[in-house]
Amino acid sequence: MMARYHVTTTVNGDEVDFLCESDQTLLSVLRDELVMTGTKEGCGTGDCGACSVTVDGRLMCSCLVLGVEVDGKEVETIEGMADGEALHPLQQKFLEHAALQCGICTPGLLVASRALLERNPDPTETEIRYWLAGNLCRCTGYHKIVEAVADAAREMREV
Amino acid sequence: MATMLKYEDKDLKVVGTRPIRPDGVDKVTGRARYGADVNLPGQIYGRVVRSPHAHARVLAIRTDKAEALKGVKAVVTRDDFPEMPVEYAAAGELIVNFRDVTRNMMAREKVLYDGHPVAAVAATSEAIARRAARLIEVDYEVLPHVIDPVEAMADDAPLLHEEQMTEGLDPAPEKPSNLAKVVSFAKGDVEQGFAEADLVIEREFNTKPVHQGYIEPQASIASYTEDGQVELYTATQGHFVIRAQCAKLLQMDISKIRVIPTELGGGFGGKNNVYLEPLAIVMSKKSNRPVKMTMSREDVFRSTGPTSGAHTRIKIGCRKDGRITAAEAELDFQAGAFAGSSVPMAAMCTFTRYDLDNVRVRGNDITVNRPKVAAYRAPGAPISIFGVESILDEMSRELGIDPIEIRLKNAARQGTQTYYGPTFGPIGYEETLNRARQHPHLQEKLGPDQGRGIATGFWFNIGKETTTTLNVNEDGSVTVILGTIDVAGGSRAAMAMMVAEELGIDVDKVRPQIGDTQTLGFNFVTAGSRGTFASGIAVTVAARKAIDVMRERAAQMWDVPVDGVVWEDGHARPASSNVGEFEPLSIVEIARKSGMTGGPIAGHAEITAEGAGPGFGTHIVDVEVDRRTGLVKILRYTVIQDTGKAIHPAYVEGQFQGGAVQGIGWALNEEYIYDADGRLQNPGFLDYRVPVASDVPFIGTDIVEVPNPNHPYGVRGIGEVPIIPPIAAISNAIHDAIGIRLREQPMSPPKVLKAIREASNGAG
Ligand code: FES
Ligand code: FES
Repeated sequence: MMARYHVTTTVNGDEVDFLCESDQTLLSVLRDELVMTGTKEGCGTGDCGACSVTVDGRLMCSCLVLGVEVDGKEVETIEGMADGEALHPLQQKFLEHAALQCGICTPGLLVASRALLERNPDPTETEIRYWLAGNLCRCTGYHKIVEAVADAAREMREV
Repeated sequence: MATMLKYEDKDLKVVGTRPIRPDGVDKVTGRARYGADVNLPGQIYGRVVRSPHAHARVLAIRTDKAEALKGVKAVVTRDDFPEMPVEYAAAGELIVNFRDVTRNMMAREKVLYDGHPVAAVAATSEAIARRAARLIEVDYEVLPHVIDPVEAMADDAPLLHEEQMTEGLDPAPEKPSNLAKVVSFAKGDVEQGFAEADLVIEREFNTKPVHQGYIEPQASIASYTEDGQVELYTATQGHFVIRAQCAKLLQMDISKIRVIPTELGGGFGGKNNVYLEPLAIVMSKKSNRPVKMTMSREDVFRSTGPTSGAHTRIKIGCRKDGRITAAEAELDFQAGAFAGSSVPMAAMCTFTRYDLDNVRVRGNDITVNRPKVAAYRAPGAPISIFGVESILDEMSRELGIDPIEIRLKNAARQGTQTYYGPTFGPIGYEETLNRARQHPHLQEKLGPDQGRGIATGFWFNIGKETTTTLNVNEDGSVTVILGTIDVAGGSRAAMAMMVAEELGIDVDKVRPQIGDTQTLGFNFVTAGSRGTFASGIAVTVAARKAIDVMRERAAQMWDVPVDGVVWEDGHARPASSNVGEFEPLSIVEIARKSGMTGGPIAGHAEITAEGAGPGFGTHIVDVEVDRRTGLVKILRYTVIQDTGKAIHPAYVEGQFQGGAVQGIGWALNEEYIYDADGRLQNPGFLDYRVPVASDVPFIGTDIVEVPNPNHPYGVRGIGEVPIIPPIAAISNAIHDAIGIRLREQPMSPPKVLKAIREASNGAG
């Protein structure tokens, strides 16, 4: 049995600790050790964005981050996006705009979109498209996703 | 019994609105459970050992070292699966042969493609399973291989199946070949038709294999119990068909296998077949533990069904006025390692948008050293119509006829007899062309190196076996159990809406749920755009049966004959004042009293849906070609399609947009690239490039509604048609932009650049 490392970190505001192997990805830690399966694996090579999370506020592919790297950091995943019973405006707008079909890409797209709006509360269509270019969606053709993000941005600017 | 419900033109309260989908909240919060999200207590992890060779004889497989590794609980090879005789069954649009299905999931005498499974292991951790997989030793005798469909038909081509004699040839061939099957369709006198033509154009076209590219890799988890029962969670479009295939391949009773479909992370035709499921079941039996198996993205590209690459030859003759006098096609389709490509459907779709007297189409189904193809959205149609729509564009230029006009002049309409048999009922093809003609898109001005293209598509749509159960709960809310998978398009939402409309209640009082294989009778896979059509009929039948029960209950409470009770707006009412004066009874009141009036209220449907309505679409695209890089940029795109009826318009638009963007990817970038040894060079999303958000503009949509007379709400299927026209439309637009006609897909920057250079060299 390979030696396992003890890692202490914060996930969605909760302090958690876990054991992981030195080559185990954050994606695998989230899904297999912490059983938080909202973060998805579409490729495991950094090419699809389904595994998007933020670490200390920076958007990352969790399949390209090692579990041991998040020691002492703050990880945010899709499971932490809603505020209690209230959906995040992006989640609500994705629903209203029918911006999801199969939904496997949706957690990653929502996490990536939130990271965008934190940096740029008023993005243009082009800025949205380029920011989300690392998140593949095979179902929607992106049309309604881009609309939903723009609409959520509008609403979030108003409050 | 075949079931048809006639279309009724009536005022609608729910159908046609845009409620939030019932599966939506789970999907935006990360709660929805897809294949890889299911875990069972005590599970172990399976891994497949795959062939590194495109074609080789498997001389020996040694598993002892792997079995000796601590933590390894099961190893399987060809010896663990029974031989299967030749026996055919339907699975989605394509037919499968069990002799081949068993060989595709686990190679027997030969490996036939890079990625072909030769063994599998299950161990207590993924890391151990990986290590064990490397310890399995396979002796191969490497054989020459062939991938190109035309080369595969040559006399001296490496032969995949030594016993394969071409079907459908007269006289029958004397020696085996890679040509598995020939399908032919003919109508009228093609020679005569070409003789009458003023203009005849014949061209050849080539397309590369592309993958469905669903973002969720295949994943299954199987648990085999001591009393021989199987519980199988799997990401599939057809849990009943997966059950039937597993039962057959493993020689078990169907009733002993319970398949629970997980949320599906995209399929597009690619998740109708078994890959991991039988391996997981047998390894669970051997280890006495649940076995979880997931594919890596590389596995998905190397071993699951892409669509065919193809070579086509199309010849069309027409008179000066643009009227087509004859049309002929020869289609060479890769089947992959085993017979059974989509070439029969491609052949039927080739010219079916047009009302033609003289047609001849031949389709060749060719085995080559690539994974067995699987259906991909309108299987084969985008490939076969590419050439037709390209030649029509050429003709329209040559004759000085507008491209929409030339299509209208030849358009199929109600009463047109197709060359494969059926005569069309009411269809919306002309309507889509007429809408295109008036569309503001056509007014947009084009700049230098910009061009506009038009192309059209047709798909049959299908019905088939479908079941459903509708329960009116004690409080008057309703649960509907569906047997068709929500393949992403939002069919759960659409079903709930039709039920709400029938019962006269709010849509949020209806909760739709996909049933597992033990809760309902057989359902065909969700393919061919049948979900909303067939399950829509089933839920309408079930709702109407429940209404009849509720009318009986009201009649009983009022002590009047049941004929004296009608159902309106969610209430039982007296049919007339002659029946008596009664306060209407709501579904809530009837449901609350159901225990005293005869028990729970339900409606069931076990049907074979018939009368699916053909779908047609017209696409308009503007492109800009960068002459320095060869990059083709999509400036504007419009999809116009007949849906029959859009139950939930937002999801119809979503299907149009998603299908068109898949088509754009197919046209411009996607392709399988093999090296000289037949190994796939781009098994990942970095090098197999699907469209990303910044590659495409907003996709305009225009919904045409010519009701299907054989559906209570007029529904036709919608999911297939949007992927059909893009390759042809974009090729036509590139020609309009730079005067160069591309007859090979993908029209990627290197290929476009090469064509531009060749054209300028030729000119200079
Ligand atoms: S799974 Fe991490 S980018 Fe695809
Ligand atoms: S909704 Fe299916 S991949 Fe995006």
